[in-house]
Amino acid sequence: MKYSDDFRKPELVKNLCDAIGKIMGRIASAGTREKVRVMEFCGGHTHTLFKYGLEELLPKHSGLSIQMVHGPGCPVCVLPMSRVDQCAAIALQPDVILCSFGDALRIPGMHGNLLDAKARGADVRTVYSPLDALTIARKNPEQQVVFFALGFETTMPSTAFTVLEAEKQNIPNFSVFCNHILTSPTLRALLQDPTLELDGFVAPGHVAMVTGLDIFNFVSDEFHKPLVVSGFEPSDLLQGIYMVLLQIANGEAKIENQYTRVVKGNGSAPGLDAMTKVYMPHPILELRGFGQIGNAGVCLRPEYENFDAEKKFGHSESILKPQPTAQSQEAFRQLEELLQKSRCGEVLKGKIEPTGCPLYGELCTPHAPVGALMVSSEGSCAAYYNRGIRSRKDSLLAADA
Amino acid sequence: MCVGIPGQIVGICNEEQQLVDVDISGIKRPVNVACVLEKGEQVANLLGDWVLVHVGFAMSRIDEQEAQETLALLDELGELHEPDSDEKLA
Repeated sequence: MKYSDDFRKPELVKNLCDAIGKIMGRIASAGTREKVRVMEFCGGHTHTLFKYGLEELLPKHSGLSIQMVHGPGCPVCVLPMSRVDQCAAIALQPDVILCSFGDALRIPGMHGNLLDAKARGADVRTVYSPLDALTIARKNPEQQVVFFALGFETTMPSTAFTVLEAEKQNIPNFSVFCNHILTSPTLRALLQDPTLELDGFVAPGHVAMVTGLDIFNFVSDEFHKPLVVSGFEPSDLLQGIYMVLLQIANGEAKIENQYTRVVKGNGSAPGLDAMTKVYMPHPILELRGFGQIGNAGVCLRPEYENFDAEKKFGHSESILKPQPTAQSQEAFRQLEELLQKSRCGEVLKGKIEPTGCPLYGELCTPHAPVGALMVSSEGSCAAYYNRGIRSRKDSLLAADA
Repeated sequence: MCVGIPGQIVGICNEEQQLVDVDISGIKRPVNVACVLEKGEQVANLLGDWVLVHVGFAMSRIDEQEAQETLALLDELGELHEPDSDEKLA
């Protein structure tokens, strides 16, 4: 496949690993550090890292180690459980068709996930595109069709264009349950955390494709860290890591673009126009593992209130609480107990590895996930588990392999 | 959720709704081009272009020359092992 296979060639990966090895030598010989911690902010990059086993390919150097810190850039992972409950409550309303991306259906809420709501009679459908949800709305005028909108800036234009299209085609039974998140406030919250030591960032190319590069300027201007916007093929990611290391070796901290074939400096003008027209900053948003962050997300502007599912359905958790049976109360209590022990927030920020969480691998698995990081293929827990790492010992062995 | 797939615009299926046919490894799929159309540009103008497709939208036009330059740079790296080859890689 053009523009994919070209950037997966083993010889390119080998060239990059050799170059990384050399630059590690330069950093080690300066004698100022023994470890370099590079965060790949985006879950898509975490997925690439594990899919191609890039961490194992990174060269070893006696005087310097590279640690890839898996960031929170996975919209499924940072979504609070309360939002899943609210979405399920909307789905359970009579005459509602709830449309969602596939990987959002298994995000655990306090009362189960959207598939559980489906099992209780909700009409929940998987869609590839918000436009597919709009088509369903056009074909079912008597029913309310709600699209569960998730994602960072990468998916924000598509939701915005779909709302504009619903208005243009006059499809009043379509609405959006908006959970879009902004990258820079989340990234700033990480940088402001004194307990997190990060030396550089590989940033999501498909966010910058929409926003342009300027949204990342504060990382170099205010926090003096290097950041490289990268693509998602193996050679893209390795070249991004290489460019971060080169800046560290040269004592620089600037914003660079590795993904020049897709990312233009100022992003997508049509996409940004649509976003400005449809969204406004969400005053205070709760992100899992971060608590509440100001202006970290967006909601629909008043002009598009008719397409805002929260305005249409209000807070309908009341519907969600069926008559508690002894069994459901016990299940609820057990879940709360597990959540007390879970350390999703620390794994999300890269403070601990998944294997550092007491639930990992036994009480929390892809088949019975407690935390969303184990649900999404972009979550680091799922990535660790699918790579065969069941315990801390496995991950140490993998690191030394 | 960031997954984007390259595909080539091979036809127009609904000009009014800005929908084109994109060929992705032999599979054709309707894709909205609102995000890549410049002001006043005709949809037909995009025929033959390669775009990055994400959740049913063409999000960006892929720059063939930049792609080739990146590949050439990485290929070239294999031959050069002198110290200054680092600078060229960035």
